[in-house]
Amino acid sequence: MTPAPAILLSLFVPLAGAVLISLSGRWPNVREGVTLVTATVLFLAVASLVPTVMAGGRPEATLIEMLPGLPIYFEVEPLGMLFALVASGLWIANSIYSIGYMRGNNEANQTRFYVCFALALASTMGIAFAGNMMTLFVFYEALTLTTYPLVTHKGTPEAMRAGRTYLGILLGTSIGLQLLAILWTWQIAGTLDFTAGGILSGKASGPIVGVLLLLYMYGIGKAALMPLHRWLPAAMVAPTPVSALLHAVAVVKAGVFTVMKVVVYIFGIDFLRDSGQNQWLMYIAAATLLIASLVALTKDNLKARLAYSTISQLAYVVLGAALATSWGVIGGSMQIAMHAMGKITLFFCAGAIYTATRKTEISDMAGLGRAMPFTFGAFLIGSLSIIGLPPLGGAWSKWYLMLGAAETGEILMIAILMLSSLLNVAYLLPVVARGFFLPAPQPASVGAAAAPARGGIEEAPLLCVVPLFLTAFGCLMLFFFADPLYRLLEPIALP
Amino acid sequence: MDVLGLYNYWIVIVLMMTGFYVVISRGNLIKKVVGLNIFQTSVFILYISMGKIIGGTAPIVAPGVTVYSNPLPHVLILTAIVVGVATTALGLTLIVRIKEAFGTVEESEILQQRDDT
Amino acid sequence: MIAAHLPVLQIVVPLIAAPLCLLLRRGALAWGLALLASWAALAMSVLLLSQVLSDGPVSYALGDWAAPWGIEYRVDSINAFVLLIVSAVGAVILPYARRSVAHEIPAEQHSAFYTAFLLCLTGLLGVAITGDAFNLFVFLEISSLSSYVLIALGRDRRALTAAFQYLVMGTIGATFIVIGIGLLYMVTGTLNMADLAQRLPPLGQNRTVVVAFAFLTIGASLKLALFPLHYWLPNAYTYAPSAVTGFLAATATKVAVYILLRFFFTIFGPEFAIETLTLQHLLVPLAVIAILVCSTVAIFQDNIKRMLAYSSLAQIGYIVLGIGMASPTGLTAGIVHLFNHAMTKGGLFLALGCIFLRVGSVRLESMQGLGRTMPWTMFAFVLGGLSLIGVPLTVGFISKWYLVQAALEQDSWLLAALVLAGSLLAIIYVWRVVEVAYLRPPPAGAAAVREAPLSMLIPTWVLIGASIYFGVDTSLTVGVANKAAVMLLGGAP
Repeated sequence: MTPAPAILLSLFVPLAGAVLISLSGRWPNVREGVTLVTATVLFLAVASLVPTVMAGGRPEATLIEMLPGLPIYFEVEPLGMLFALVASGLWIANSIYSIGYMRGNNEANQTRFYVCFALALASTMGIAFAGNMMTLFVFYEALTLTTYPLVTHKGTPEAMRAGRTYLGILLGTSIGLQLLAILWTWQIAGTLDFTAGGILSGKASGPIVGVLLLLYMYGIGKAALMPLHRWLPAAMVAPTPVSALLHAVAVVKAGVFTVMKVVVYIFGIDFLRDSGQNQWLMYIAAATLLIASLVALTKDNLKARLAYSTISQLAYVVLGAALATSWGVIGGSMQIAMHAMGKITLFFCAGAIYTATRKTEISDMAGLGRAMPFTFGAFLIGSLSIIGLPPLGGAWSKWYLMLGAAETGEILMIAILMLSSLLNVAYLLPVVARGFFLPAPQPASVGAAAAPARGGIEEAPLLCVVPLFLTAFGCLMLFFFADPLYRLLEPIALP
Repeated sequence: MDVLGLYNYWIVIVLMMTGFYVVISRGNLIKKVVGLNIFQTSVFILYISMGKIIGGTAPIVAPGVTVYSNPLPHVLILTAIVVGVATTALGLTLIVRIKEAFGTVEESEILQQRDDT
Repeated sequence: MIAAHLPVLQIVVPLIAAPLCLLLRRGALAWGLALLASWAALAMSVLLLSQVLSDGPVSYALGDWAAPWGIEYRVDSINAFVLLIVSAVGAVILPYARRSVAHEIPAEQHSAFYTAFLLCLTGLLGVAITGDAFNLFVFLEISSLSSYVLIALGRDRRALTAAFQYLVMGTIGATFIVIGIGLLYMVTGTLNMADLAQRLPPLGQNRTVVVAFAFLTIGASLKLALFPLHYWLPNAYTYAPSAVTGFLAATATKVAVYILLRFFFTIFGPEFAIETLTLQHLLVPLAVIAILVCSTVAIFQDNIKRMLAYSSLAQIGYIVLGIGMASPTGLTAGIVHLFNHAMTKGGLFLALGCIFLRVGSVRLESMQGLGRTMPWTMFAFVLGGLSLIGVPLTVGFISKWYLVQAALEQDSWLLAALVLAGSLLAIIYVWRVVEVAYLRPPPAGAAAVREAPLSMLIPTWVLIGASIYFGVDTSLTVGVANKAAVMLLGGAP
């Protein structure tokens, strides 16, 4: 065990960043410079932990003893390392993108936006590095609260309603169910530390395990398991950078990351599998996966479609956890990274399209690909990665999930995974196809309000396009450099 | 059981219930204060009876006397009487102010006015 | 020398200062004296607590009359804690009171206000510190009478009726307590609490003792506004001056809870109260009803002060629920929530007072846009609200943690779920305010609203800050509460 200042640093850097951002609110250039510097420093701090963790070290840090036996305690293990790396790395890209997007759309309250963003990232880091369930819960709630102002950023009645759904579901489930589960665990096990192999084995049995699992899975509302998924589409009312980083990466991944942590370190995969209580979770995950994909097919609003796609993709992670096998866990964990990269690309594209053309509905996007080739190209790459086609990162996570399903002999799950990939094709590729292959509508048919006839390339601002290009490239890279990822994750699944 | 011999306690109970009933049932604020007074008086009597010892005399050392009444409850109740007087005074003061502000001391009429505003 | 007389000075200093305030006549001077007295009281209660924590209970014979005959002041961990809560809140609210009182109360009544305030403080401290049952009643009446005056000073004329209502209910409650004390004296011949605690158990289920217990329970429940005896509280809190509401919400009901604790556990003993009379079967359902019903009622209030008053009733339900579970964990939860709720609700009412000062109303619709115009006040309100919900890193979370844990220890799933359901209701009533303050623009044409003055903001933030700080570092609060709980369950002090 190695104490590591970098852990505390990665918590305090975004906090300090938030303070500096709010102080520099009067000078937008300074403010956004601070955001970028904060994001970069944070990423470096997180990255500095990687070699230790790869070498099998578990850096740790204790902040304060909150309750007797329950300190605010951090310990970096591979899963958290991966999550922190993904979130902090994508924050850099997202910050660049935010600048382009927020300026391009003249959004109000930009300082509050950047401050909340930094606070949300601090909470995310706390979740990623949490060494016990208490710490995780503390930051989980902090993440909900710091993202609430982002969801209601526009301040319209619609945003207010969405904020209600968001807060109601996330806070309601976490206090009503998750806290109960945590207290119960504390009652049974006498500890909440994340321990390899779980802390419940030998202390709980029979239906109790099932009830506890149920409380956890639905208590972690951020994992958007149906029927508690409504908050995610509601959150799409937020500006696109929020949807991109928070509702495709930080918040939702915090949810499935918590699911993984609970399954691997609280229950322990062997214990869970032997108890047989993972079965129902598997079916719920599979059902969420399919239903959300089907709903996505019906959505014409691009962000709404992506939101349902996210719900479906999150269910992959839960499914990986529910399989409770090494491959399942590795596949699910990889999915956290792969989907993050893919989905943030798609959201970036959606935002870029909106910034350039004010279009939000897929049916209006015919022919746009010719005007925005880079954006639509990146969209294609992101889509293919989500679908799981090589040579893109998404292929690996699907592959390992299939392996996991095969390992347990769950033929049905394999079938569902394949079916789901087909559904992914069905709801993602038409967007690209429509953009590239359908002719642009004639100005006359759109009406007097139509934009002037467009001929050449009319992309979104450069600051919007560069990040999506980078993340699309990242999808590609993740395919070829999946090996370090695998080696990082290996110890959690094969102890 | 000697029912009648405990008559002082019966008086306590009757007074207590009377006072309590008046407080609850009367809408006139002055009557409420009166009820409150009756209610408190019952407690005074309870304490005073408690200190009385049959055959006992005033607690002053005197030759040939061995049984004394207990002076402590009597002293205590002096305090309670003072408190009762203070409460009554404050209650009446409030009623005067209420009368000034609402023009009435009837609870129902006050409630009506409150609904209006 | 002085240290030996700390227990009595704790009472005497504010008691002497009170009439002096009246003599000073000038509001500012009276305020200064009251401030000094309250800070002295705080310093003394801190010293007492540290003394108790290091050397065990402190006993002080008033006028040097030995214990069972004379009046004894006895300070152990539970009442040292209550003393600290009361004096700390008093010391924080007085600096706040200056601007707030100047705004809400006519100038000629200022010195009277500070007199009543100090008397109320004296009474509450006295209830907490005394080891004599009848003395407790006297102090209770001192605090009650002065609080009726304080409430009646409210600007709205309905403050008068609220004060009267409270006077009637409070007097009935106090009289019930005297009856109970009298009956106890009848069977034991003593008024000293420690003495009572020794003489009561051999009597067993004596009818007089049982009746005394019933009177004391109902009397104390009236004072602490336990559902369904809470009728007086919402009006009193709503129409009292802001500083008074903050003070009473944070202290008066807490001291009443202390009376309940003292009688149940120290004097009658847990065996009698819990095992023989199975009081928990009464307290727990009432507490749960209080939590659910009052939280629900709070959701429908448009006057935010009244909303917080109903929320207070629900929070009192949490405290009583912890007491009703009568396990070390449950009692710890109840006692720690005593402190936690005092900080949170005190802070919230002070924030409302700031709003009242600047906006002139505490109704929901008048809070539109305040997130922008009064950012610090509203942020304090939000943090306090989060503590009411029980979000981690606030004191509310700590209370709920122990409360649910206590419920789980007794395998009462239903209780655990209901406690958490109360939190969910709190989300709704807190968020109604947040949405209006942050997501609605200020009403068009309204006068510009400025941030509250620092003299009011700082006290507000001290209490709100405490409700965050003690949610993170709980060693003091949980430590003392746990110690007190063990002591109370262990029988005699």
